[in-house]
Amino acid sequence: MLDIVGLTASIGDKAILNGIDLSVPAGEIHAIMGPNGSGKSTLGYVLAGREDYTVTGGSVRFENQDMLAMTPEARAAAGLFLAFQAPIELPGVNNANFMRTALNAIRRAHGESELDAVQFLKLARAEMKRLSMDAEMLRRNVNVGFSGGEKKRNEVLQMAILRPRFAVLDETDSGLDIDALKIVADGVNSLRGPGFSALVITHHQRLLDHLVPNRVHVLAGGRILRSGGPELAKELEKNGYGAMLAEAA
Amino acid sequence: MNAISVPEGAAGFLARFAAMQGRLPGDSTLRAAAAEAFRALGLPGASRGRRVEAWKYTTLQPLGGMSFRSAEPAGKIAIPDSPARIVFAGGRYREDLSTAVPGFACFADQPDFGELSWPDRDPMVALNTMLAEDGAILTVPAGIDAGIVHLIHAGIDGTSAHPRHMIRLGGGARLTLIETSAGSGRYLHNPVSEIHVADGAVLTHVRIQTDGTEAFHLATIYAAVAAGGTYDGFTLNIGGRTTRTEIHATLNGPGAIAHLNGAQLLTGSQHADFTSVVRHAGPKGTSRQTIKNVLAGHSRGVFQGRIEVARGAQGTDGYQMNRALLLSPDAEIDTKPELEIFADDVKCSHGATVGELDAEQLFYLRSRGIPDNEARSILVRAFLAEALDPVTNDIARGLLEDAVALWWEGQAG
Repeated sequence: MLDIVGLTASIGDKAILNGIDLSVPAGEIHAIMGPNGSGKSTLGYVLAGREDYTVTGGSVRFENQDMLAMTPEARAAAGLFLAFQAPIELPGVNNANFMRTALNAIRRAHGESELDAVQFLKLARAEMKRLSMDAEMLRRNVNVGFSGGEKKRNEVLQMAILRPRFAVLDETDSGLDIDALKIVADGVNSLRGPGFSALVITHHQRLLDHLVPNRVHVLAGGRILRSGGPELAKELEKNGYGAMLAEAA
Repeated sequence: MNAISVPEGAAGFLARFAAMQGRLPGDSTLRAAAAEAFRALGLPGASRGRRVEAWKYTTLQPLGGMSFRSAEPAGKIAIPDSPARIVFAGGRYREDLSTAVPGFACFADQPDFGELSWPDRDPMVALNTMLAEDGAILTVPAGIDAGIVHLIHAGIDGTSAHPRHMIRLGGGARLTLIETSAGSGRYLHNPVSEIHVADGAVLTHVRIQTDGTEAFHLATIYAAVAAGGTYDGFTLNIGGRTTRTEIHATLNGPGAIAHLNGAQLLTGSQHADFTSVVRHAGPKGTSRQTIKNVLAGHSRGVFQGRIEVARGAQGTDGYQMNRALLLSPDAEIDTKPELEIFADDVKCSHGATVGELDAEQLFYLRSRGIPDNEARSILVRAFLAEALDPVTNDIARGLLEDAVALWWEGQAG
């Protein structure tokens, strides 16, 4: 589904990704782990098309489309979703309107009819119930005054509503208590199926207990250092990154 | 140097005054004095070498080269349907288009120049005092809630209008005055309004200026607020080639409140100047000003805000904020805040922000599938929605939102 080959990227003069090779087949969930500053978030941003990162080489194909040539909105319409590590606050923008505008933009791009406010609210309330979220959050401005946990849940809610085919979750588990963590994992698991893949960036084994990945990749210095099965995450939890980095050096 | 030389741009107006002097209503001595003042002051910026600090960022030089006539008595104009409306066209009251509003008289019948204005100092007030033919005299007696009254002004191509309005609220009275100014063609709208808010009275004054793109709108408002009274003003400036909204609010009694909020949405080569002077004369007064500007094209926004706190005005609480969103590298905002404080127990703050759309917010929206132009529109409208936040009256709010939406559609199209 997603094929990254030799991807290099920089911000300003600073190279951050130094040749990423990664394939995520349809229906699989892959975890990305790695020390701070290894390029995990940058990978998410580059996949989503953030313009302040410059792609200096390599390719990203998403279902045989050249994703790097696409605008952020075209990537979203094609089925990509990035759950932000630090979701952005939008003062003056109503949360329900925001999500309905996004959903309708994507539906429009697919030649589907748009949902009116009533149809949308019905859908959103059902998803919020499944995610144990208070429907009152729809009336608030996007992420404004939300707690850390509420912001993360709001990302998962957007994912549930937009139903992407490929999700990148950037530390969506950080700062969540165990109950919230389970809700996030359930949100992803509910999308799981042959037409859905995800890249889960995390520091913790805990999320991966609920969201068992097909593969785990260790990112360091802008490269994939090692890849393995779910047991690799357990090994990291036990020994830390130090031993692995030393071994590679 | 010739002592009787007339400053550039003033001659046409002075000639008109000379021609119609005998037919104008009200105090002829006051008018003659105003004409002398206007002859001395001229149009700000129109004469080379004459710079006035109060008009630092705004020049009326383009106005100087034009000539205007008085409006014809009749003519067709489109008027919004509202139950309590006072309609003026080209500065003249249109009884045929207005409804019966209790407490209303027209200036032509009951001229009242009031006591707050400074025709000797403010050139646009001198011009108005000299040429005012009509205006709205609106009185709300003590204890009465007059609901909503619409004051509508239609500009007429080729004319200049100088309406003189007087709004008086008795003790504990309430009024929501929604003023709209619109029109098409090249015209000048130069209103002067004097407002008296007595003890405990509340005036909500919403002004929606959507004049034509060739029009000049030069308005001056004087408001005096007594103990526990509130002047809650909001001005939306969208139209006009050159506009200036100059508000002088004086908080006389203890606990008086003045809100001088506003938004300016400009494009092309439009110029809009929002100038305010708040005088805290009595103790424990509160003043609030938030002006938001959205500037596209080569447009220029100006905010000059002055807060004066008199010696006896202890416990004053003043706040002033000017925000600008620049949608184009050629747009410009000028801000000049001034504080003059003679009391010691005072809380006064001011600030200004200038920016473009936030790149992270834009990316967040686009990453959710929202196309770039739609995402920009959402962010601008969010900025504007916040600008309209101070307006709580539903009808006024609805009219403002419609005007803003129409403006934004024009930008996007």
